[in-house]
Amino acid sequence: MKKIIKYIITDILRNKIILSYTAFLLAISFTIFSLEDNSTKGLLSLLNIVLIIVPLISIIFSTIYIYNSAEFIELLVSQPLQRKKIWLGLFTGLAGSFTIAFLIGAGIPIILFEATAVGFMILAVGILLSVIFVAIAMFAAVRIRDKAKGIGVTILLWLYFSLLFDGIVLFLLFQFSDYPIEKPMIAVSMLNPIDIGRILILLKMDVSALMGYTGAVFKDFFGTTAGMVTSFLILALWMICPLLISLRKFDRKDL
Amino acid sequence: MAAKQKDIRMKIYFLILFFLYSLPGMCSIIHVGKNERIKTIKEAISHANELDTVLVHGGYYKEGNIFISKKIVLKGIDLPTLDGENKYQIISVKANGVVIDGFKIVHSGTSSLEDIAGIKLYDVRDAVVQNNVLDDTFFGIYTQRGTNCLIQNNVLTSARKQEQASGNGIHCWKSDSMRIINNSIKGHRDGIYFEFVTNSVIWRNVSTSNLRYGLHFMFSNSDSYISNIFRYNGAGVSVMFSHHVKMFNNYFEENWGDGAYGILLKEIADSYIDGNHFIKNTSAIYMEGVSRTIMVKNVFRNNGWAIKIQASCMETELHNNVFLGNTFDVGTNGSLVLNNFDGNYWDKYEGYDLNKNGIGDLPYRPVSMYSMIVERNPPAMILFHSFMTSLLDKTEKVLPTLTPENLADTKPLMKLPFRL
Repeated sequence: MKKIIKYIITDILRNKIILSYTAFLLAISFTIFSLEDNSTKGLLSLLNIVLIIVPLISIIFSTIYIYNSAEFIELLVSQPLQRKKIWLGLFTGLAGSFTIAFLIGAGIPIILFEATAVGFMILAVGILLSVIFVAIAMFAAVRIRDKAKGIGVTILLWLYFSLLFDGIVLFLLFQFSDYPIEKPMIAVSMLNPIDIGRILILLKMDVSALMGYTGAVFKDFFGTTAGMVTSFLILALWMICPLLISLRKFDRKDL
Repeated sequence: MAAKQKDIRMKIYFLILFFLYSLPGMCSIIHVGKNERIKTIKEAISHANELDTVLVHGGYYKEGNIFISKKIVLKGIDLPTLDGENKYQIISVKANGVVIDGFKIVHSGTSSLEDIAGIKLYDVRDAVVQNNVLDDTFFGIYTQRGTNCLIQNNVLTSARKQEQASGNGIHCWKSDSMRIINNSIKGHRDGIYFEFVTNSVIWRNVSTSNLRYGLHFMFSNSDSYISNIFRYNGAGVSVMFSHHVKMFNNYFEENWGDGAYGILLKEIADSYIDGNHFIKNTSAIYMEGVSRTIMVKNVFRNNGWAIKIQASCMETELHNNVFLGNTFDVGTNGSLVLNNFDGNYWDKYEGYDLNKNGIGDLPYRPVSMYSMIVERNPPAMILFHSFMTSLLDKTEKVLPTLTPENLADTKPLMKLPFRL
């Protein structure tokens, strides 16, 4: 398995797209921090990148990568190797290289310019989202045989998680505005990893605005250690569940 | 000629010397203490004449209520402790020009009928209360119908948990020309309370962690408060039903909660708010029924809402203020705008300045679409900073529908108007 991981990581790191992704992150983070005189605004721009660009790139690149290495996977399967190990190796390779790319691209500027609680939270959420969307991509890729359709579905999934889901939540908020919906809202937000990450950062960044009555409900949950642990556990679930399902599917798949 | 002048000067010297020597004869000093002839403060006060000084040496005095009805100086040496045994009001003053200096006053009584205080001044002029430490008193220093009194360098602490069981730190009612200087107040109901107090100044006080307001101000006209610090108070600072109030260089910090405001301004007119700093409050300023008020050179930093201005405000002028890192710059409840927001610095401004005159060419609208949504539906805050809300804000900027169109800064500054 180690060999597979090593091979995949070196293969991906040589890939031009992932290199340019790293360079893009690095360039944009440096520009953000050096252009803005106030760091709050810089963090806000970085937040948008972490919540939008990072999931997009990781989900699409991973899907394409898996489809493109179909022949390589077939070759590996013909060897005396466990299918589980092949698939996990693929996942670790992809997740590992995205983590490295994000750590270099966003981590270095954050540590240099904004080594605060907010900065580290953005870093943690960015890494987790990268890994989660790799897992979701693998889930989609193993379910759908056709490449074009698979990529289409992953784009739709990204659109759903970053935009449509929030639209539905806003709709629900207005429909049920006469009811005490703060607590159900916390449960609903757990259904979207991007939302969990965003709220975790929000609590560090806009803590003053959140101290109103409603915000206090959120803070009572996400701000406490128990709430933090719960949200990180659920983020971990978002990573493990798609991976396990895809693993089972791959195990039985007729290639 | 010269000799004669010298003669006159000598006579004047003699005269001054004569008066100086005769002073102790006019007003004597009475010592109180364990090792002195007089052991209790009450006895000393009963012996004292007008203008005498009662010097109390360090120690522990449990004398119930000490009542002062003569113009004397009551001065503590080495911080003598006066204990009210949770029953009594500790010092009551009913004479003009009394000085109370350097005592530690602890454990006053508590009552829901009377306003029991550590030091209470009744209908007096020219009193001075200074350098005292008050601990666990119901009300701290209480003035009713005081004129020209000086309250300075006192430290007041209370650790009572409930609003009903706790009084105000420095409480002034129906007073005039008061000077409240350099006091530190902590854990009371209201730090400083002014009701019907005029022509007074509150200067360099620190009021923190009070249960309700750091400063509570009602029906008090023509007062100034300058260079005070209000921090971690339950509901911030409240200034209501007053006119001609001046606020300079105060700090309002970390007043958190739904009903907590850096300052709550209600029915304020003809006032002047200059150079104050608002840092990390849920709402820095909440304005309702404010008219003809000028707000300049204030700094709003990292607040939830910098200004919540209700449509009932009119002719309020905001210029040269600095808005940095606030979640929302301005919130409002209606579309009527009778106030002027021109010439402020907004860090969220995205316009340009083609003619390089330091003023942005496009107007800035400080009310964001999302702040209107959150105003109507507070739980929507959970979606803040998401892709969709940013899209909503951007479309609103192009085509304003929800936000009041007139609430705009037509001359936004490109650079900070002053150094922070």
